[in-house]
Amino acid sequence: MTRSVTAPIAILFLGLLMVFDHATSDLNPYKAPPIIALGSGVVASGGFCGAMPE
Amino acid sequence: MTDTVAAPATGQAAQRGLVILAGLAAIAAVALFAGARYGLLLAIGLGFGIALEGLRFGFAGPWRAMILRREPAGILAQLLAIAIVSVVAFPMIANHPGEIAGAAAPIGYAMIAGAFVFGAAMQVVLGCGSGTLVNAGSGNPVALLALPFFAIGSFLGAYGLIWWTDLGALPILTLTGTSGLMLTLALLAGVSLLLLVLAAPGQRRVPARLLIAALAVAALAIGNLVVAGQPWGVVYGLGLWAAKGAVALGADLSGSAFWSAPGNAARLGESVLTDVTSLTNIGLIVGAFLVASWRTGGLSQPLPRLPARAWVATIVAGFLLGYSSRLAFGCNVGAFFSGISTGSLHGWVWFAAGFAGSVVGVRLRPLLGMEGRA
Repeated sequence: MTRSVTAPIAILFLGLLMVFDHATSDLNPYKAPPIIALGSGVVASGGFCGAMPE
Repeated sequence: MTDTVAAPATGQAAQRGLVILAGLAAIAAVALFAGARYGLLLAIGLGFGIALEGLRFGFAGPWRAMILRREPAGILAQLLAIAIVSVVAFPMIANHPGEIAGAAAPIGYAMIAGAFVFGAAMQVVLGCGSGTLVNAGSGNPVALLALPFFAIGSFLGAYGLIWWTDLGALPILTLTGTSGLMLTLALLAGVSLLLLVLAAPGQRRVPARLLIAALAVAALAIGNLVVAGQPWGVVYGLGLWAAKGAVALGADLSGSAFWSAPGNAARLGESVLTDVTSLTNIGLIVGAFLVASWRTGGLSQPLPRLPARAWVATIVAGFLLGYSSRLAFGCNVGAFFSGISTGSLHGWVWFAAGFAGSVVGVRLRPLLGMEGRA
């Protein structure tokens, strides 16, 4: 057996994640933040591994 | 004769064209349905995956090479990339407070222990935060098995994070401004010098491939900071995926100070396509897959034959990677790379503790049967 079997499994995993995500949440591009944070005047608020809970 | 040679070449060109098209289509779809910033972040994530897999740039492997063979080239390239990012990040954070945030986190008992355990576990599976994603995308079965347990560990580590932090932690300590940048660059130069002194004879040169990779990774990390307003990270996104799964299965996360905090609770109900680290994580996996598909023979490598205890060790190490990196306020990416390059002193402590853990991990790896051959 070669990686030609296992590599597509990783993509399949992401595909399942997308299906699950689509089923449990909505997307609205009109609520998206400005394309670039730098210079936007908007405070950075994304989740980050170093951040303590607010 | 010409036809028989041209046919496979044409097929390969078509396959590669399809690979490029698929990547561009994914970026366009996310930009269209989620927002332009998120499409751009997916593109940056794809860039990370392509750079790390295409140029064979990593974290766990170079640390192993230094520990076992006193080959410092890979770590020197990492330190170069960190230095380049810090030169841009320090003034950016100083001039755009709030808009641009660093990877600032407190140093504490659990943080140090977490970094040590992460260092050991990443040597067992030979994949760090970014490495596990890249390796999974390129079809490495060890990384593929470790990945879901990494996500579960990250979720549970975050769940109890406050309890661990309450064991004892200093206030957040950061280096800032010009003096902070100068000290960071001096420390990076000092560590580089030490590595060169300790290097085995004939091992003091950094190959051009690693220099190019360091430049590419630094450029992408700066891009991540400019676009997202926060540094490159990995483990938050993985924990979020498992947390969303737990909620879907009926779990009540209100008992966790971390997951019930307003920002995190809101993200549990939002799409992962609007989460910064989720997007770059997806990009890392897909980018590595694209390179493996593009590279001649990239997917024809045989899978390793490993004993049962190696697969059990993979599951345990995968879980520990996730759990420990939450206690450590990041993995090799969020704490070591982004912490140091944005002035957080916890990044330096993470480096020392993670390296000490790696010394243990490289010795554990053969004992756990992880050195099997295909």
